[in-house]
Amino acid sequence: MKIAIIKYNAGNICSVDYALRRFGIEPVITSDPEEIGGADKVIFPGVGHAGATMLHLRQLGLDRTILSLRQPVLGICLGMQLLCRHSSEGDVDCLGVFDVEVDRFIPQSHADKVPHIGWNVLKDVKTKLFDAEIEGRHVYFVHSYFVPLNPHTAATTSHIHPFSAALSKDNFYATQFHPEKSGDTGERILKNFLHL
Amino acid sequence: MPAKRIIPCLDVMDGRTVKGVRFVDLREAGDPVELGAKYSRDGADELVYLDITASHEGRKTFAELVRKVAARLNIPFTVGGGINELADVDRLLNAGADKVSVNSAALRRPELIDEIASNYGVQVCVVAIDARCEDNGEWRCYLNGGRIPTERGLFEWAAEAQSRGAGEILFTSMNHDGVRTGYANEALARLASALSIPVIASGGAGAMEHFRDAFAKGEAEAALAAGVFHFGEISIKDLKQYLHNEGINVRL
Repeated sequence: MKIAIIKYNAGNICSVDYALRRFGIEPVITSDPEEIGGADKVIFPGVGHAGATMLHLRQLGLDRTILSLRQPVLGICLGMQLLCRHSSEGDVDCLGVFDVEVDRFIPQSHADKVPHIGWNVLKDVKTKLFDAEIEGRHVYFVHSYFVPLNPHTAATTSHIHPFSAALSKDNFYATQFHPEKSGDTGERILKNFLHL
Repeated sequence: MPAKRIIPCLDVMDGRTVKGVRFVDLREAGDPVELGAKYSRDGADELVYLDITASHEGRKTFAELVRKVAARLNIPFTVGGGINELADVDRLLNAGADKVSVNSAALRRPELIDEIASNYGVQVCVVAIDARCEDNGEWRCYLNGGRIPTERGLFEWAAEAQSRGAGEILFTSMNHDGVRTGYANEALARLASALSIPVIASGGAGAMEHFRDAFAKGEAEAALAAGVFHFGEISIKDLKQYLHNEGINVRL
C-alpha cells in the first residue's frame, strides 16, 4: 500500500510519518502532484496559518491536485480546516470540499482558554474512520480556530461550545484532533483509515 | 472543555540520561526514551524534556534524543532548555517536538516569542516563567534557572508573553519548587483569571491532593511534576483515578 503525505509549508508533518512507521509503513512525503495522485491513500496534515499555507498550496498547484483525488484522503488539524470553504484565519478562501466556514474561538469566560489544547472527548462518531470503541474516548487537540457543526460533521467534541471534531464527505475524511498524538485511540483511528 | 493534563518533566543530561530517577522496577530508568514510554503507558497526557546540558556537543545529542522520542511515543511532548534563537526552535521542531518552551532567552529578548508564533504558530510556543514571591509580596521573574533576579513582575510578564504570541504559560514558583507542600495556588488562580491562554502549574507537588488543588483552587489547565514521579512516590495511574474520584475532569 502506497501512502503519500502531502508536503507543503506547514509544520509537524514528521509526526504523521513517525506514526505510520510505527505500523511498519513507509510513507512518501511529497509535493509532487503525480506521486500524490498515484498513492492508494493520501494524508494532508499540518499545523500553521491558514492564509499563509493556502497561498503556498496554490503556488505549488496542490489545490487542484487535492481536489482531483478520488482515493481516501485524511486531512489533519490545519489540513481539515483547509478542506473547508473559507477560514477567518487570514480571511482566506480554502479548498471547499466541505461547504463550511472556519471561525476563531471566542472565550465566554476566563475559564475558556484559547488555544484549545489537550485531550477532549469524541462524541456522536460516524463513518468508517471510527468504530464503536472510539465513542467517548479522549483525543489530542491543539487549535485556535474551529469548524462549526454542519451536515458533514463525523464526530463532535465541546470546548466553549460543541464543534466538529471530524468531517467526512465521499472520499474525504478529516480530523481536527491529531490521531498521531492521541495515544492508542489515535492509532486505532489511523489504522481504520489505512483499512478503508 | 479539555481534560486537565498531567505532565511529567524529565531533565536530560547530554541527551542520554534523566537526572534524579530512582525507579526500582525499570531497568533503564535513566534512559529518557524508556522513561517517557513508561509514563505514556501509565497515562501521562504530555511530556516535557528539558535539556540541562551546557555543552554544544550535548545540544546536538539532545536533538537526536528528540528524534527518538518522536519516533517512539504517540503522545505530545514539549522540549526546552537552551533555546536562544529561531534556529534552535527550527531544529527541535524538525526533529519531531510538538512544542518548545522558552524561558531566559524570551525574558532577555521578548521578540523571540513573536518570531516563534509568527513562524510556527502560537500552539508551539510555551513560555516558561520562574518566579519568586519576594518578602514584599511581589512575584518577581528570575533568569537562568532562578539564579538571576530581573525587574520583571510575574503577572506583567505573563500578560506580555500572551500578547506576543505565547500559546501556554508554564509557571514555576521558586518558593514552592522542591518543597513538596503544594503548588502556588493563589498566584496560579490570579494568572488563570488574567490570561486567556492555558496555564501549566509547576513546583511543589508532593502528594496527590496537591494536583487536585492546582486544578480546583489554582484553576490550572495542566500540572507538571518531576520528583514525585521519578521516585515512584506517586504513580500517574493512581493519580488520575484519584483526581477522577475527586471530580476533576481527567483522561483515564
